[in-house]
Amino acid sequence: MHEMGIMESTVELAERQARDAGAERIEVLRMRVGRLTGVVPEALEHAFEALRPGSMAEGAILEVEYVPGSFLCIGCGSEFEAEAMHASCPTCGEPGLGTKKGAEIQLLSLEVS
Amino acid sequence: MCIECGCGRPGPTKINGKPTNRSYAPASADRKAKIVGATPGHAHKTVDVHQSIFAANDKKAAENRALFTSKGLLVLNVVSSPGSGKTTLVQKTIERLAGKAPMGVIVGDLETDNDARRLRTTGAPVVQITTGTLCHLDAEMVARAFGELPSDGLRILVIENVGNLVCPATFDLGEGLRVALLSVTEGEDKPLKYPPLFSFAQVVVITKQDLAGPCEFDRDAALASIRAVNPAAKVFEVSAKTGEGMDDWCAFLLEELDVRSEE
Repeated sequence: MHEMGIMESTVELAERQARDAGAERIEVLRMRVGRLTGVVPEALEHAFEALRPGSMAEGAILEVEYVPGSFLCIGCGSEFEAEAMHASCPTCGEPGLGTKKGAEIQLLSLEVS
Repeated sequence: MCIECGCGRPGPTKINGKPTNRSYAPASADRKAKIVGATPGHAHKTVDVHQSIFAANDKKAAENRALFTSKGLLVLNVVSSPGSGKTTLVQKTIERLAGKAPMGVIVGDLETDNDARRLRTTGAPVVQITTGTLCHLDAEMVARAFGELPSDGLRILVIENVGNLVCPATFDLGEGLRVALLSVTEGEDKPLKYPPLFSFAQVVVITKQDLAGPCEFDRDAALASIRAVNPAAKVFEVSAKTGEGMDDWCAFLLEELDVRSEE
């Protein structure tokens, strides 16, 4: 996906939240990214490096928690997880239907000062 | 700005040719802000956010959905790569459902109102959104466009999204059904290459069946790749041009309308 745009929106949201909290600097940015979004970790990190200078997050550390894609098997109905954008059921081999869980991009929290 | 690919900075969005007063520019003042050095003894504190970066769009989409439901509208969000046949499918659907289910359209492109002009020849009300450079429609644009559409008496609203296989996938517009198109000329494995667009759709329409022969289209392979990324999708195979498969597609839309009327 387009990690640059995603990171830009995240930093904007983070700056708004930090300002609302009366802070001047962001020290840590914590995100949760689901595997079903197709976000590539290295690309997200590079985007953050490019966006840092001049922002409230200039000296910040980015912590990203990647959560697996959550699937519902179309065959046997069992729920399963996979570190991929589409997957087959480990129980019966039928394709899994991706659910919204595992497709999120969230700003979880900030450490600010 | 597209929160997926960062495009869309210059150029205003227009609805039926009129600029909206919505700015898509990022808050540049914040970006250039001078960073004040940490005050000695200034402690860190934790700010809990737990917000999706799509939160604002999702909220607007929910408002749209509630409004559409209150008007008894079946709303389709039609997505695909450019040139898959969205406009032709919509045009032929309007013609076939004339007298059975009045339809209206909101169509999005970067530039031109060519699609709106084509669709208006059917007599249906159409609003054109020109995004300038933004590569997808979002809930806010759709809300504004809907405000310009004479929607009384309509039963089906089609939102024809910008032709794009990536970014529209993650933007809820408030639709009732997301319909992804795949034309026989695009390659049977397209869904495998662009999973999000196909996996977040409820319906997949394989278009341009009249070209399947010359393209040596492998139907089984296409159905298998759709099934791999979206086993629950309803699949239709049509040629809007020749009419092949269009009866089933239109019957499905009328059934969906009935189901929603009962609810």
